[in-house]
This record gives sequence, structure tokens and C-alpha cells, in this order.
Amino acid sequence: MSSKYDVLVIGGGNAALCAAISARRGGASVLVLEGAPKFYRGGNTRHTRNMRCAHDAATEILTGPYTEEEFWEDLLRVTGGKTDEVLARHMIRESKDILNWIVEQGVRWQPSLGGTLSLGRTNSFFLGGGRAMLNALYLTAERLGVDVEYDAEVTDLVIEDGMFLAARLKRPIRGETEIRATSLVAAAGGFEANIEWLKQYWGEAADNFLIRGTPYNRGSILKMLLDKGVQEVGDPTQCHAVAIDARAPKFDGGIITRHDSVVFGIVVNKHSQRFYDEGEDLWPKRYAIWGRLVAAQPDQIAYIIFDSTVVTSFMPTLFPPIAGQTVAELAGKLELDPAALEKTITEFNAAVRPGTFDHTILDDCRTEGVTPQKTHWARRIETPPYLAYPVRPGITFTYLGTRVNKESRMLMADGRPSANMFAAGEIMAGNVLGKGYAAGMGMTIGSVFGRIAGREAAKHARN
Amino acid sequence: MHGTRILDEADRLMTVCNSCRYCEGLCAVFPAMEMRRAFSDGDLNYLANLCHSCGACYVDCQFSPPHEFNVNVPQTLAVARAESYAAYAWPQSLSGAFARNGLVISIVAALSMAAFILGFVALNDRAVLFGVHTGPGAFYKLMPHNVMAALFSAAFLYAILALVMSVRAFWRDIGTPIGGRADGGSIFQAIRDAGELRYLHGGGVGCYNEDEKPTDRRKLYHHLTFYGFLLCFAATSVATLYHYLFAREAPYPWWDLPVVLGTLGGIGLVVGPIGLFIAKSRRAAELLDAQRYGMDVGFIAMLFLTGLTGMLLLLLRETAVMGPLLALHLGAVFALFITMPYGKFVHGIYRFTALVRYAQERRGEAGS
Repeated sequence: MSSKYDVLVIGGGNAALCAAISARRGGASVLVLEGAPKFYRGGNTRHTRNMRCAHDAATEILTGPYTEEEFWEDLLRVTGGKTDEVLARHMIRESKDILNWIVEQGVRWQPSLGGTLSLGRTNSFFLGGGRAMLNALYLTAERLGVDVEYDAEVTDLVIEDGMFLAARLKRPIRGETEIRATSLVAAAGGFEANIEWLKQYWGEAADNFLIRGTPYNRGSILKMLLDKGVQEVGDPTQCHAVAIDARAPKFDGGIITRHDSVVFGIVVNKHSQRFYDEGEDLWPKRYAIWGRLVAAQPDQIAYIIFDSTVVTSFMPTLFPPIAGQTVAELAGKLELDPAALEKTITEFNAAVRPGTFDHTILDDCRTEGVTPQKTHWARRIETPPYLAYPVRPGITFTYLGTRVNKESRMLMADGRPSANMFAAGEIMAGNVLGKGYAAGMGMTIGSVFGRIAGREAAKHARN
Repeated sequence: MHGTRILDEADRLMTVCNSCRYCEGLCAVFPAMEMRRAFSDGDLNYLANLCHSCGACYVDCQFSPPHEFNVNVPQTLAVARAESYAAYAWPQSLSGAFARNGLVISIVAALSMAAFILGFVALNDRAVLFGVHTGPGAFYKLMPHNVMAALFSAAFLYAILALVMSVRAFWRDIGTPIGGRADGGSIFQAIRDAGELRYLHGGGVGCYNEDEKPTDRRKLYHHLTFYGFLLCFAATSVATLYHYLFAREAPYPWWDLPVVLGTLGGIGLVVGPIGLFIAKSRRAAELLDAQRYGMDVGFIAMLFLTGLTGMLLLLLRETAVMGPLLALHLGAVFALFITMPYGKFVHGIYRFTALVRYAQERRGEAGS
């Protein structure tokens, strides 16, 4: 291992590997420092499944066109306008080419088969999932001659006047504790696994958050960069958060702890009170809102309550539902007040108006005279056994990050572009995602800006 | 709760996998799993026999060990699959042969070979056993054709009967609750899938063996072994027809059809098993069913011995060692036949049956 590289990539996920491959193909010598052990390499990419890219026509894997304009409108809708339009439009344009570029790096797509996701037109699915995708990228990177070090925790960055000089490591790698490089690509993820940092914005509630992905995204690189004068972007309380099973592990439960059953029942808090319209919106938007809703409830816990008539209507779940032959028995198992839960369900049932149920559209099954209303898919909960899933906020990734320009080059606090520092992936996702989320966008941000960052970093190093 | 500990574990894994489904594009196991929400013993045995052990789902899984969910589908299904062989064996009293299969196979093989050698010694004088015999009917100087035919027909028919009875039990178990007979279209689809080993491809890049890099050539070695076996079987069948229809007695000249088929098949049966053995010995321990190592190696060894003795017999049939080699070859083939229903050979039969079931389910789904 040479003591100085053209490009140093910190991080080991999709964005990092796309940057490393693109820099290597641009002629640079590249070192990837992955903070996790080999099995856990790749950060949250391990748990991803698909990527959202614009395309003008249907392909073998995509059922129809998804134009740049449509992608832009979707992004505008989910973020409520909180996005950098220049960067976002640039990303969307580049995403068209990424669909093919990523295949050239060995990643394989599969046709969208089953499941409950209706993303076959907009999103491409990785054959075998995110870890398979990562394995392919690592194989390609290694074949091209990219050096990769695991368990390589960076403890400090030497930055002078917006210029990266070296990274210091906790553990020496072949005798070196300081790695120098001509360019830096920071692709080390967000800070969602750093509960202490989350508490700065969420208070004690953050103790009850479950982290869906890697325990290694502690935001240490992000913090170093912000401390050393890189411009901050994004709202620190904004993140991708969904409601996941409360029985899930604290970290790394991944996709399988999710619930998509909200539409088939009601959601109550620990006081057995409903708190939001369960029928407000279609999947996947409703999927993305429930994490924040539950985070706002006392003790950050809620219960999806439904009955035996709908158990086969949603994806099979990892944890079985908690069951009771009566509402009171169910309440007992959930440690809720039986009288309160009975009252909530009775009032809800009485408010249900007849309609034709169809969970794929905003149907006409709704309530009248109950607060909050359930505006669609409202049906009585009355057929025992009564069932419930306990849910907590599951944080996928955070949006606070480093500001970048179209070259993926970090901007310093005074607005000047850094001489040689680039960022890609979750660490700069907040540039595009001010809030909200649409499936597959994290991977788009990672691949598009990773490829750009690697290319630009190599260009800088070779000048 | 299931009948065995490994089926409990397989059930746990299928519950995890069914709530993930990232692997649905890799092979037939996962789409078949997705058609179910709960898993009976028969369902799990079906899925276990549908698995070709390519290892891709292990390498691709974000929950494989050391993750706390500890998802190891290839190994769990390999153990379940091996246990299913004993569970469906006919007659059940012989199912114990699977428990220490390597030992059983070696003993049967050794006894068979010894019996042929002793038989040749007892029934012929030394001069005949070590004599040089050439021309049509040379083999039958050591053992009359009718005796040979009767002995091997009996062994073969027994193997067929035992296999048919076992598969019947398996089919019934995996056929419920939908049940019914296999249709021609599904059988044809399964022949194609089995013939090309469609699901031994890691989702397209090849098999996984010692690490996360798809470098395994197991598909190639399996093809050599399987088609080698079929060619040898075809050689024997053609020779039988020659004998009874045209009264042409073995050995045949090197250019004649039975010898050409047998030579090609023999090469496959020598090279294929060697490749499979090397692949197996390099395979990551976490993908292997260590308990059944003896069974796998025993079967590979039997195929290799059959191929090797056959090839040697062809090369040296005009020398004085023809007699002993013929005894060894016949002993190997005889042992292969009678142990077929109680060894790794059945994996092909059950896998094919599972593929028929899968084709049937897919057609049913497409039709509904």
C-alpha cells in the first residue's frame, strides 16, 4: 500500500464504491476506508433494494417510462419544495445514465416480481438486494485495483483552509496512522446510529428510536467536516423514519421489521387514543409518515390494531401479531387500559360508513363523526381474534449534511468551493432531500453523486 | 412445531425470508415460499429439495451470520433435504442407511466387489480369471450373460421400485393441500429446468463456494457427472439391444455405438466427480451440511469408481487383468444400483419432483 493516494474515499456503501470505481476508471490510485468489519461493509446499502432513475421508455426491468419531469414533480411533492432545484434536476438528468452505468459495474437488475411495492415503473430492483449489489461493486473495485481497508475508523481529518491533507486512523493500517491523499471523497453516511447526537434535536425521545440500518453510521466524518468549516445543509430533525415493529433489534433490523398494515386497521397510542387519519394517503407515502407520527406520541410507542379478517391482506411479517379473543384480552397483552381501547374501537366502528373497499386507490370507505377521521379504507374491527402490532419510530437515515455543488464538491461556510473535498451519499442527501422521501432516492443520490465525486476527485488529483 | 429441530429452523428462516423477499429473483425456492404464509413439514421438505445449494442467497443476505437473525438458508435447507431422504425412504426399515451413509456405501461397495472377485474365482479356474480373452463373448467366459443380466436387472428393478415408492410418499407430502397429478407441461418444464440446472447459477453469475466471489464451477462438473451417467446408461441399453435383437455380443469394437457412448460417459464420470469433490472440499464450512459429508463423498466416490473401472476395462480388456477389472467394475455398478435409493442419488429424483411441483404451481398461478 503506497503511503499517498490520489483519491481517498471514506465510507464503504453505494456512494463510496461508485466514487472509488469512477475515480479509478478516471486513472487515479484509490483507497477506500470502510469503518465497519467486512460483513457489515456498505452501511445502509446492505438493506436497500432498489433505485429510482428517470428513463424515457420501458425496458426489460421497468414497465414504463418515467420522465425527468415526472421524477422532478415527485421529488417536489415529497419534499414540499425543500430541495436544491439545480442539484436535484442535475441528479435526475444524470440518473438516466446511471441505470446503465451501474450495470457496467457488475450490478444486476431483476424484474419487479411480487411483494406489495408498486414501483415497477419508476424503480429498478437489484437482483438479490442491496448486499448483492454491494458485493458486485466491491468485486469490480478490487478487480480495477482499488485498495479497500475494513475496520478502518477515521479519528481525525487534517484540513487546512478548505483543503484536505490527510486522515488519521484509530488503528494503523500497515504501519500508517495517517493516510495522505490528493483528493477526498467523504461518503460515510448520516448520524442516525448516534443516539446522543439525535438527542440534541429530539430530546430523550431519541432513546426510544430504533435504527433500521447499520450501527456504524455515527456521523463522525460529518461532524469533523462541519467542525472544520464545511457548510451545513438540511434540517437536523429531518430524516427518513417509518413505523417499525417495536420488537425489532435496536440496530440493523433492516427491511423485515416494517409494517404495511396501517390501512387495514387503526393506530392508537399508549392511551388507546387514535391520533392520525390512517386512511390519508396511499403507499408508499403513508409508509414514510408514520415514523414521525409515532415519534410524537408519548413514550414513542403505538399499536396498529386490526382483526382476523385482514391478516392475509398484507406482507407476511417477521414478528407475529399479538392476539386476543376479545378487545379487553388484547388490551391486557398490550398493557393498555381495556376500557379505553374498547371505547376507541366502539366509537370507531360506529363511525364507519358503508363503502367499497379497495386498498390500491383512495376508496370511499370512510368514517363520520369521529376524530381523527379515517378518510379511506375504514372498516369495522369486529371479528375476533383481535390483533395488534406494536410499533416504534424506525430511523433509516438523517438529512443533515455537507453542502455540495454540481461537481459534488463541498462548499465551505463562506460559500467557496473546497479545493479537493467531495461528498456523496447520505452525508450530502440533505442537499436534495430537505424533507420527505420517495422509495429508491437514497440510492439515486448515492450512485449519481458518488460517480460524479469520484470523477471530479480523480480529475483534481491528476491535474 | 415441526417433526424435527431442523424443520423448526427452516420454518423460522422462511418466516424471515417471506418478510424480506429480496432473494425472489435468485432461484425457485423464494417464489415458491412466497406462495405460502405458513409452512407444513411437507412444504419445508419441498422447499428444501427445490434448493440447489448455489449459495447466492447466503452471500446476498444482509441477515446471514454474524447478524443476530442468523439467516443461513443453504445450510439449513441442505440439512433438511438430507433428513427428508430418510423420512421418505422405502422401505422405512432401511431409512437408517442414510444416517451413516458413507460407511454403508463403502461396505456395500467393498462387499459387492469382493463377491464378484470371489465369484469369478470360485466359478472359474485361475487360468480363466487371469486369461486373455478377446472377441465377442469375451466377458461371458467369466460370467454367463444370462446370469449377469438377471443379477443386474434384479438390482436395477429393486432400485426403481424403492425410488418410486419413496417419491410417491414425497409427492403426497408436498402435493397437499392442492394435491393432484403432475401434468405433462409441468413435467416437460421440470425436465428442461433439471437438464440445464437452471437454478444452480447464483442468480446468473455462477455458484458461490469459498467466499463471496462466484467462482464455483460446480454446474460444469455436475453436468459432466450427470450426462456422463446418462451416456453410460445409454451405452448399456444399446448393448442390451445389440445382444437380444441382433445377437451381437460384447465387447464391441471402439468405434461401435455402445463403446463410443460408454467412453464419453466414462470420461464424464471420471472428470465430473473429481471436480465435484474438489469443489466440495473447498466450500465454505458455513454452507455445508457437515453431517452428510460422508453421504455426498460416498456417492461421488461410487460414480468415480464406476467411471474409472469402466475406462480401465476398456483400455485393458485385451490383457490379463481384464478378469479382475471386470469383477471390480461389475461390483461397483452393482453396489451403485442397490444403494441408489439410500444415498445421495435420490437428491436428483427429489429435486426433479420438486421442480415438477414448482412448474405446476407457477402454471396454476399464471392460470388463475
